Amino acid sequence: MTDYVRPRDDRDAIALRAAHPDYLVLAGGTDLLVSAHHKAEPIGILDLAGRFAGISADATTVRIGAGTTYRALAEARAIATLIPILAEAAREIGALQIQNRATIAGNLATSSPVGDGLPVLLALDATIHLASVRGERTVPYHAFCTGYRKTALGADELITAITIPRPAPGAYLAWRKVGTRRAQSISKVMAATCLEVRDGRIASARFGVGAVADRPIRAYAAEAAAVGQVPDAATGAAVAAALRASIKPIDDLRSTARYRLEIAGNLLARFVENAGQR
Amino acid sequence: MTQFSSDRVGQSVPRVDGVAKVTGTALYLDDLAIAGVRHGVTVRSTCPHAILDGFDRDPEFDWTGITVVTADDVAWGQPGFKQNVIAMLEDDQPALVPVGGRIKHWDEPLALIAAPTRARALAARAHFKPRFTPLPAIFTIDDALRAEVVLYGDDNVFKKFLVRKGHTDDAELERALAGCVRVVEGHYATGAQEQMYIEPQAMLAYHDGAVLHLVGSMQCPYYVHKAMKALTGRRADEIVVRQTVTGGGFGGKEEYPSMLAAHCALLASAAGAPVKMIYERDEDIAATTKRHPGRVHHKLGLAADGSIAVIDIDVIFDGGAYLTLSPVVLSRGVLHAAGPYRCPLVRVRGRAVATNHPPHGAFRGFGAPQTTFAYERQIDKLARALGVEAWDFRDRHALRPGDTTATGQLLVDSVGTDAIVDAIRKVAGSPPEPRGTNRHGAPVRRGRGYAFYFHGAGFTGSGEQRLAGRAAVSAQVDGTFMVHASSTDMGQGAITTFTQLAAGALGVDNDRVRVIDPSTDLVPDSGPTVASRTCMVVGGLVERASAVLRERLVAWGRQHQLDGDLSALARAATADGTDWRETVQYEPPPGIHWDDTTYTGQAYPCYGWAGCLVDLEVDLDTREVTLLRCVHAVDVGKAINPVIVAGQIDGGTVQALGWALLEQITYQDGRVANATMTNCIVPTFADVPDLETIIVECPYRFGPHGAKGVGEIPMDGPAAAVANALTDALGVEFDRLPILPEDIARALEVVA
Amino acid sequence: MNIALIVNGATRTVEVSPYKRLLDLLRDDLRLTGTKEGCGEGECGACTVLLDGIPVNSCLVVAGQCDGHTVTTVEGLADGPLLHAVQRELVARGGAQCGICTPGIAVCAAALVDSGACRTKDGDARAKVRELLAGNICRCTGYQLIVDAVLAAADQVGGES
Repeated sequence: MTDYVRPRDDRDAIALRAAHPDYLVLAGGTDLLVSAHHKAEPIGILDLAGRFAGISADATTVRIGAGTTYRALAEARAIATLIPILAEAAREIGALQIQNRATIAGNLATSSPVGDGLPVLLALDATIHLASVRGERTVPYHAFCTGYRKTALGADELITAITIPRPAPGAYLAWRKVGTRRAQSISKVMAATCLEVRDGRIASARFGVGAVADRPIRAYAAEAAAVGQVPDAATGAAVAAALRASIKPIDDLRSTARYRLEIAGNLLARFVENAGQR
Repeated sequence: MTQFSSDRVGQSVPRVDGVAKVTGTALYLDDLAIAGVRHGVTVRSTCPHAILDGFDRDPEFDWTGITVVTADDVAWGQPGFKQNVIAMLEDDQPALVPVGGRIKHWDEPLALIAAPTRARALAARAHFKPRFTPLPAIFTIDDALRAEVVLYGDDNVFKKFLVRKGHTDDAELERALAGCVRVVEGHYATGAQEQMYIEPQAMLAYHDGAVLHLVGSMQCPYYVHKAMKALTGRRADEIVVRQTVTGGGFGGKEEYPSMLAAHCALLASAAGAPVKMIYERDEDIAATTKRHPGRVHHKLGLAADGSIAVIDIDVIFDGGAYLTLSPVVLSRGVLHAAGPYRCPLVRVRGRAVATNHPPHGAFRGFGAPQTTFAYERQIDKLARALGVEAWDFRDRHALRPGDTTATGQLLVDSVGTDAIVDAIRKVAGSPPEPRGTNRHGAPVRRGRGYAFYFHGAGFTGSGEQRLAGRAAVSAQVDGTFMVHASSTDMGQGAITTFTQLAAGALGVDNDRVRVIDPSTDLVPDSGPTVASRTCMVVGGLVERASAVLRERLVAWGRQHQLDGDLSALARAATADGTDWRETVQYEPPPGIHWDDTTYTGQAYPCYGWAGCLVDLEVDLDTREVTLLRCVHAVDVGKAINPVIVAGQIDGGTVQALGWALLEQITYQDGRVANATMTNCIVPTFADVPDLETIIVECPYRFGPHGAKGVGEIPMDGPAAAVANALTDALGVEFDRLPILPEDIARALEVVA
Repeated sequence: MNIALIVNGATRTVEVSPYKRLLDLLRDDLRLTGTKEGCGEGECGACTVLLDGIPVNSCLVVAGQCDGHTVTTVEGLADGPLLHAVQRELVARGGAQCGICTPGIAVCAAALVDSGACRTKDGDARAKVRELLAGNICRCTGYQLIVDAVLAAADQVGGES
């Protein structure tokens, strides 16, 4: 029969991960347990539900425990005040029942190309904190995804926290998901941005885009087309064109390459124009 | 909120089964505890067209306790099972494809496996593989018509119809069209749609002495009963079919349960134990019937005086691999194709063809939504071409008493046109601002669209007469009354409606009436629970039986010098064991003349009428549609229970909105590729606005208290209203369903 | 594994695989069949229960994770013969038709109403109800009368969060 271990605390979780490398690491289960009744029973379960909790913020950084659920992100005052786009994305993940269980770490570890919330972490330049019995390390999120559903997470490591630098005062933050329907939907294309405008020009720009590649991406070409420019419709168009030239989305059950290409560009163009109108 | 001061007809009494449903005590098939029950699963084909060569059974697997049934394991023709067929309109569909026989669609049932647990059954299935030799397959209507691959007859045509009004041959029609001052012509296509009842298909079979019992989620116990007689060769009294609480049907549980019942019966016999089969969601979406995909080529010709002079329509439905109900779906599609508009010269041609898709079947509307979409798009185009306001145009050309339909039926009474036209006009208000910006800062375009349509209530022509439906009401020793009808409640409130009708005619309180669970040993055949006939036809029988029973009891009371209320009389009359049951049979209203060969005459005893208004907004950055407003006015004759009627209208409206904007079946080489709830989506709470539902009552003389049908009509019109609103918003035509953002993007690209 | 959980106020213990779905534990081991399976993927919400007071899909929770936790199912909403306000209003206002989605909706809505998450005096009350219940699919009602029922219940309960 399947073994089941529940860590006493966060340190114990790290030790258990090393002790049981082939156990299913389970937190919210909203991805891993889909059709569980048809899956072969795992050798063991390492239950991380409730572990690595907590949201805190200081003068420079917002720290989110790995085990924070999306509902907690949707409702936390610190998130709503400091990085509201993460709260907005959280509310569009699945629906209430999913948000009540799904954790940010689970989303990061599964690393689906359509993982909601992940483009936001790119736009916010998040850092992923990892730990194992060998020690702790950090990986910038833009380097964390290494391929289709592949990450830098080591075989004996757990994600413990995500830290996000507080955006500069006045930074323009935006997020938009285009799903198959208005709730409980898989994303067809989504984008997030953190844009700073100084003296009427774009001083810095980060665009996170999802569902257009085998992993969530930073749209570096689009960012380069934005920096130094006036945030207006012409720049928006240039940013959109730069994005479109740099991605090769696919046709799949949910949408088409053509639609994704067009809309992804439109989303970024709109971000740029909106940033200029504040 | 409605006050329930009088709890009979016209009152929104809470549904009889409401408390059981909100407390979770209503028992669906999978909730029943059945001693010794085995779990059955189906081995299905993984090819759309092939010869079944045999099976490979893994000898390494532990087959202890596992029952396997293939067509060749059954001694057909011997006592037990007579013929390998699922009897429907024709007998072309086998229960299981035999070795050497033809597999005709992906996911076709090939073998059955039962085990003490579902996990064991699934494990066994993984070790039992079919072998087959693929054949060329066809998936399009055009390929079906080319008939290079023949699946049915010699031309793949399951059924064809030709309706002519006001002309005798094609040449005359062509001349008439040529004489029109303007012809609007369109090609329309609508896609398959999954019923997505939230309770999957479920069935149980067991033997009790000499009797075979089928229990499960179904709409038509007597359809299952008939199919089981054909399958087993048993006599009628050797089979009992009972409906359990059914978690949604919408037509998807009209004919399919006969297949499931056959499978359970085969396994139960082989296993010597009760067997239940509950479909997995993926399996249900992939393997069971869907709304027929359709193509409609529609021409509207206008005369110089502005009247519609000619309507010429060609309808083709994809029936899938077997005939099932395609002829009847096509019939209804054809009979509604010209719409509720005046026109002296109409030709409608219809064909249902065979392809290697899993068979398509019944779904709310049953052919009418497909042809309604086409005619309401056409009417809209014509109105725009003439510069006439959309709803005014409907008003001008709509059928009214004294007009004749496409089959030459003279409309006399219960014609809801004026009431519907007025109801929509009264609440329409100004259309939305054509331009704006949404909360994302994206520019939006807004538009308004209408649809006006009708839906024949009950079976076509002499169908109700042929069905000869019966219902009974009986007095019980405890002073209560029991209703016996085979109509099933699948959520539409049949139990409550019958309770109200019976109580009203008996003159007793609702709580003195009980509607017995439909079981073929306890209720007569009232006809199937389909075709918007349950309240109008069967409700009428229930009411008549109640009224007659009341008369008889009152007369008996006088004879025995007893008075007191009807309950007291019931107790007294049944005290000596006398059976006080009144059974009545359908009598058609006078003057129904229908010719099945020419398809002319009174197609339906009456029609429901409806109008729909949709306001919507399109985000120009993402091409997503937001529904702003949906008004639906429906003439139901008489709302026996207004809240139940409103709920039916709301539910059908949202299914139609989903069909227009969200829902599709994606086939890849004949396999349903989007067979999960994640990928085969239906509207959520967040996808639809608050609905404005208006109940209109133009009573039908021969319906109980004037009631006619309501179940299906709400499905027919909203999709066209959505497409019309999109045209209003964007200036582009949308002639195919569904209309996804990808389609809007494409259409706008073409224009730009 | 021996799992102990509090279900509808009573401690229940079962010997099951820790990988067994909570949905199956409730329906098969505890014979609480009010909670339904509609899809097995966490899409339809028919399996919704409260886990430590919050709505979750029980098809996506396994038994081991419930050890020592509290579960409320539809069977635990009423107080003896006294229905929860959400149940009363769903019946009164036609918010239940075929009923298969109803237990999941009743459980989820009851939690929302009791926590004060959707009060009618909030300007966007109807939109909020729709957002919070969007994980429960209903194919019969078109949602309209359910929204009416949930807000009517919220009025009666008047919960303050």
